[in-house]
Amino acid sequence: MTISPSSSPVTSSPAPSALAEISQETLALTGRLFVQLQRRPSTLVAGVLQPLIWLVLFGALFAKAPAGLLPGGISYGRFLGAGVIVFTAFSAALNAGLPVMFDREFGFLNRLLVAPLRSRSSIVFASVLYITSLSLVQSLAIMGTAALLGYGWPGAGGLLLVLVTLLLLVFAVTALSLGLAFALPGHIELIAVIFVANLPLLFASTALAPLSFMPTWLGWLAALNPLTFAIEPIRAAYAGELSLSAVVLEAPFGTMTTATCLGVLAVLAAGLFLLIRPLLDRKLS
Amino acid sequence: MVALDQLSLEVPAGCLYGLLGPNGAGKTTALRILCTLLAPDSGLVRVGGLDALSEPRAVRRLLGYVAQEVAIDKILTGRELMRLQGNLYHLPWRLSSQRIDELIELLGMADWIDRRCGSYSGGMRRRLDLAAGLLHRPQVLVLDEPTVGLDIESRAVIWAVLRQLRDGGTTVLLSSHYLEEVDALADQLAIIEAGRVIAQGAPAELKAALGGDRVTLRVREFSDAEEAERVRALLHACAGVRQVVVNQSQGYSLNLVIEHDGVVEQLRRQLSAADLPVFALAQSRPSLDDVYLQATGRTMMDAELAVAGSRDPKAERKASM
Repeated sequence: MTISPSSSPVTSSPAPSALAEISQETLALTGRLFVQLQRRPSTLVAGVLQPLIWLVLFGALFAKAPAGLLPGGISYGRFLGAGVIVFTAFSAALNAGLPVMFDREFGFLNRLLVAPLRSRSSIVFASVLYITSLSLVQSLAIMGTAALLGYGWPGAGGLLLVLVTLLLLVFAVTALSLGLAFALPGHIELIAVIFVANLPLLFASTALAPLSFMPTWLGWLAALNPLTFAIEPIRAAYAGELSLSAVVLEAPFGTMTTATCLGVLAVLAAGLFLLIRPLLDRKLS
Repeated sequence: MVALDQLSLEVPAGCLYGLLGPNGAGKTTALRILCTLLAPDSGLVRVGGLDALSEPRAVRRLLGYVAQEVAIDKILTGRELMRLQGNLYHLPWRLSSQRIDELIELLGMADWIDRRCGSYSGGMRRRLDLAAGLLHRPQVLVLDEPTVGLDIESRAVIWAVLRQLRDGGTTVLLSSHYLEEVDALADQLAIIEAGRVIAQGAPAELKAALGGDRVTLRVREFSDAEEAERVRALLHACAGVRQVVVNQSQGYSLNLVIEHDGVVEQLRRQLSAADLPVFALAQSRPSLDDVYLQATGRTMMDAELAVAGSRDPKAERKASM
């Protein structure tokens, strides 16, 4: 097939930089997600309420457990806060692929695919920006409630650590979820994968119990679980150890500091992002 | 499954080009390949001198694509959707706003453009989709069945805009299974059947090339097979009659091709000599449907009915995701 251009000259302005174009695309796509959220706020309301219910109910579950049960002698509610923050962000990021899957099913994605996007990674960046902002709001609500319940407050530095940790985790998990949204046949399959992955990853992490409570095999799983690498630095910050070199996890394979935990998350995010790049361009292979 | 088979098309610049064919002929597949949504198993795709397979992004800049199934975000307003589209094509804010206002005016969308898309009728959605496709002033506008199921007003608006674009130098390529639409709009057309081009040219040329006039004759409102066959034999013997077909589904009417006007008078004389009445006799120039009939041996309507049962819309939808 051949189509000749019309005689009218191309209105070409000096080519804008790649960065300018990618930000324009990304911000426009993020803006769309926020308009949707603003007009359908139930996801936000439920997303803030759910972790608070977790914190209040689950935090009270072991209120009368013998003192000194947990390492450092802290209360279970205080132990749980970091787990709820991370798990909430993780769930949101794991669901990030769903809107993209629906866009695919309704044909809206084709609108993006026929547009001369500088990079289709903009679709990933938009979701990461959106989910990170959302997670930050949720985390603030969780941290505020935890403080009210007497579970402590990690301070401004802790807040910054929460932000960085969540950004890395959300980037990794969002990339994975978007990759699945492009690879799986439809939303039923995507929901099934989310359903199967969600809770087991929570249970096989240090969100609900410390490594020392677990049998060896589960301890290994939990120590390899990316959620653990996000949870432990935040937990350490709550305990007042806000240093990159602080040892936050006594894993079966060695000790992990805050810096190594964040490093692992960063490598994971970069790796998953590179892994799904071909899926974004799949339609053109 | 082979959707396209050695399909070859050349669309001249500044032309309003129609891709005509029954549902299932491969029109949508061809357009999706052109718009870089699909890669062909083999072959060449060039748009404005650019290779769409190796330079898809450059080609996407030149193209505006209005898909068959209008994809809009129900939560956004029409204006917000166009604004998003403007950003996806990297238009500066001011230029984008200015063009959005122009398009709202051009397509008569002012009354409802700030309402959410979820409340739009089919015609409104289609107009919005066309506006979104035009926002970056594409050199080539590709439309897949732009007026299927539309109200008459929306259809008229879209036709007028397409003509205006062509007059302004834009190359417009549209697919349709409406003979009337292609006949009315297209400067050039290709008829596609089973993934191949079976005829190509200007509508008037194609029709003229067939030659002769079409006559539909009914001796009675409802005739029967025996009588129809008798009349057929009688007419077949007439000079100037090229072809006589009994159309069973139309109450055994007869379809004839005649060489010139004078033949009609002769037919009437023959019929009255044989003591046969004439319930209806209609004469027409060849239509695009006749072009199609000549090339494929069946009418477009019959072709559509034939594929209607054999396609799996669900599977096709999946494949297009």
